[in-house]
Amino acid sequence: MSAGTGQAGPAEAKNFGGPGDTPVDADALTQVAMEYPMAPEIAAGSAPRKLRAAARRKQAIIRRIVITLVALFMILPLAGLFDFSTRLLNGKRTWRSWSTVFHFSQLTAAAPDLIAGFKITMALCLVTAVLTVALLVPTMTWIRLRAPHMSKLVEFICLLPLTIPAIVLVAGLGPVYRGIAHTLGTGNIWLCFIYVILALPYAYRAIDTGLAAIDVKTLSEAARSLGSSWSRVMLKIILPNIRAAVLGASFLTIALVLGEYTVAYLLSKSNLSVALFNLGLSASGDPRLTAAVSLILLIFGFVVMFGFSLIGSARREKKVKK
Amino acid sequence: MIQPVTSAVGETTGSPSAKSAGPSLVAVGQAGVAVELRGLSRSYGDVHALDGMSLDMTPGELVVLLGPSGCGKTTALRVLAGLEDADSGQVVVGGKDVSSVPTSKRDMGMVFQAYSLFPHMTARDNVAFGLQLRGQDGPTRRKRADEYLELVGLNSQADRYAHQMSGGQQQRVALARALAIQPKVLLLDEPLSALDAKVRVQLRDEIRRIQLEVGTTTLFVTHDQEEALAVADRVGVMRAGKIEQIDKPDIIYSAPTTAFVAGFIGLTNRVSGHASDGIVSVLGSNVPLLPGSPTSGGVTALVRPEAIRFTPSTMGSGPGTATVVATSFLGAHGRVQARLADGAILLAQMSVGETVALHPGDIVDVAIAPSRVLATA
Repeated sequence: MSAGTGQAGPAEAKNFGGPGDTPVDADALTQVAMEYPMAPEIAAGSAPRKLRAAARRKQAIIRRIVITLVALFMILPLAGLFDFSTRLLNGKRTWRSWSTVFHFSQLTAAAPDLIAGFKITMALCLVTAVLTVALLVPTMTWIRLRAPHMSKLVEFICLLPLTIPAIVLVAGLGPVYRGIAHTLGTGNIWLCFIYVILALPYAYRAIDTGLAAIDVKTLSEAARSLGSSWSRVMLKIILPNIRAAVLGASFLTIALVLGEYTVAYLLSKSNLSVALFNLGLSASGDPRLTAAVSLILLIFGFVVMFGFSLIGSARREKKVKK
Repeated sequence: MIQPVTSAVGETTGSPSAKSAGPSLVAVGQAGVAVELRGLSRSYGDVHALDGMSLDMTPGELVVLLGPSGCGKTTALRVLAGLEDADSGQVVVGGKDVSSVPTSKRDMGMVFQAYSLFPHMTARDNVAFGLQLRGQDGPTRRKRADEYLELVGLNSQADRYAHQMSGGQQQRVALARALAIQPKVLLLDEPLSALDAKVRVQLRDEIRRIQLEVGTTTLFVTHDQEEALAVADRVGVMRAGKIEQIDKPDIIYSAPTTAFVAGFIGLTNRVSGHASDGIVSVLGSNVPLLPGSPTSGGVTALVRPEAIRFTPSTMGSGPGTATVVATSFLGAHGRVQARLADGAILLAQMSVGETVALHPGDIVDVAIAPSRVLATA
């Protein structure tokens, strides 16, 4: 008897067992179910399978709807920006701004501050990301190993910049930056210090998640017992094991620096956002060029994000393949 | 052949015999050094984890520190490793005071309770890590790592990562990693406690075999008394930051010097009796007393279950008899619980044949073997 065909309804129940077998009715099925715990599932046949398939289809539809809505939410403003960058006031299309973007000499002539702003912002991204990681990773590791009771305090301090408006931060750090101007100079690169503070909440969260995923204490003690110095413990043991978290923290820091305008403007410094804003304001400036450059920068941000993501997943795949 | 390596502090570990060793790993024996812990104290607030603890280990010896949670055994091991600083006392290794030497310079291999393999490295890279720190070149590191993986029976797993190995395999690799640097002292901090029972027994025996082959002085911390008795040259039973008794496993078991040790190691029946002239009279049997027991007057004798025999009574109930309340079959032997006339329960461990012959409700005669017992006042 093939009990696996039990999807048949009561009407077909008599043919349950196929030709030659004793006809099976519902009572007999109930009896089987009582005697053999597995029997109800078998007797129920593919009804649950159908239900599961229907549920899967429903989930797939919902998933597609959600993805479509999110994509529209992301793409529509970008499409609007692109449209603005290519449309004249009379409604005609023009590719002049994009032509300028892709011709370095034209771009330099049209927006000399933009190139300088781009360069300094790239430098700031690099320096800020390195400084943030270099500050947070050893500090948070040390706190986990030696002063776990201080972790809440450090978390509070790291999250504090989220609650402080930029204007307050600038007002507070004004005297500090006057000191920096006297000692280190007035270069835009020194914005990195305040950007490290601004990046702390995001970088802290990312690195904390990474450190929580590994047994920092045991790993570092194991390395120490094998003869490793603290610096080697950090570089060879801790950092490789929180690589994804460090990449995440770096990306968030870079994303923050790429889009930062307020602090730089209030401190009378220049970066890409300030240059972009000034370009839009200037009488000779082309707002379409500003829109095109903004779009390029957004795409650059996405590329950086996917780049970091790919680096992380490529390493994971390499590890799994090995 | 396993050759000695340059140690973290620039010395060469391994005896001359090790250097001229043939293919047998046993030839690396004699590599151990003497270890002394002198009057170690360590407090955490009001808690005294170590309270003037002292321990001497001879070269190549495997000492197990055994005790209940919080007795200070792990703290002692961590102080020896340099992972904790003692408030007072000295750590002397190979005749040198290393109390102020940092962990990375102490040249000690350690296996932790938690899995401690570096997740981003293969088993081979884990084992080679300590060798890299000692300046060995790539091919030598690889060769030695493979040798030590072979020693722990995992040469086929050399290219696997920690997440691709079982808990037992990870601890084996951790052992190979600790041994690969040919440490002066091997420290094992409850390395088997995260493993299931069968793997624990296998790995326990393997650790002992390897320790005997390599000959490294080893301090093993555990709260599992069976584990301790099975692998140790000597067992130190710790209580409240001190070693209560340290001796060979059989002595610890058969001749405990304190009621705590007798109670902590194995099962014990507490039976009232009367002592005189070094003999205690319990349940009609005369049993010699261990040193440290009261010599006269009413005492409580601490009698092992295997020293007690129940036999079907020929005279019916009366003094020296008990009523069987439960029997249990434990495979190689059986256990019988019987109630005395005063209501106390006695536990006896007997052969399976003797056990199955008894049933709850049977009246039995109680006999105690004349092996020495400890008694308390």
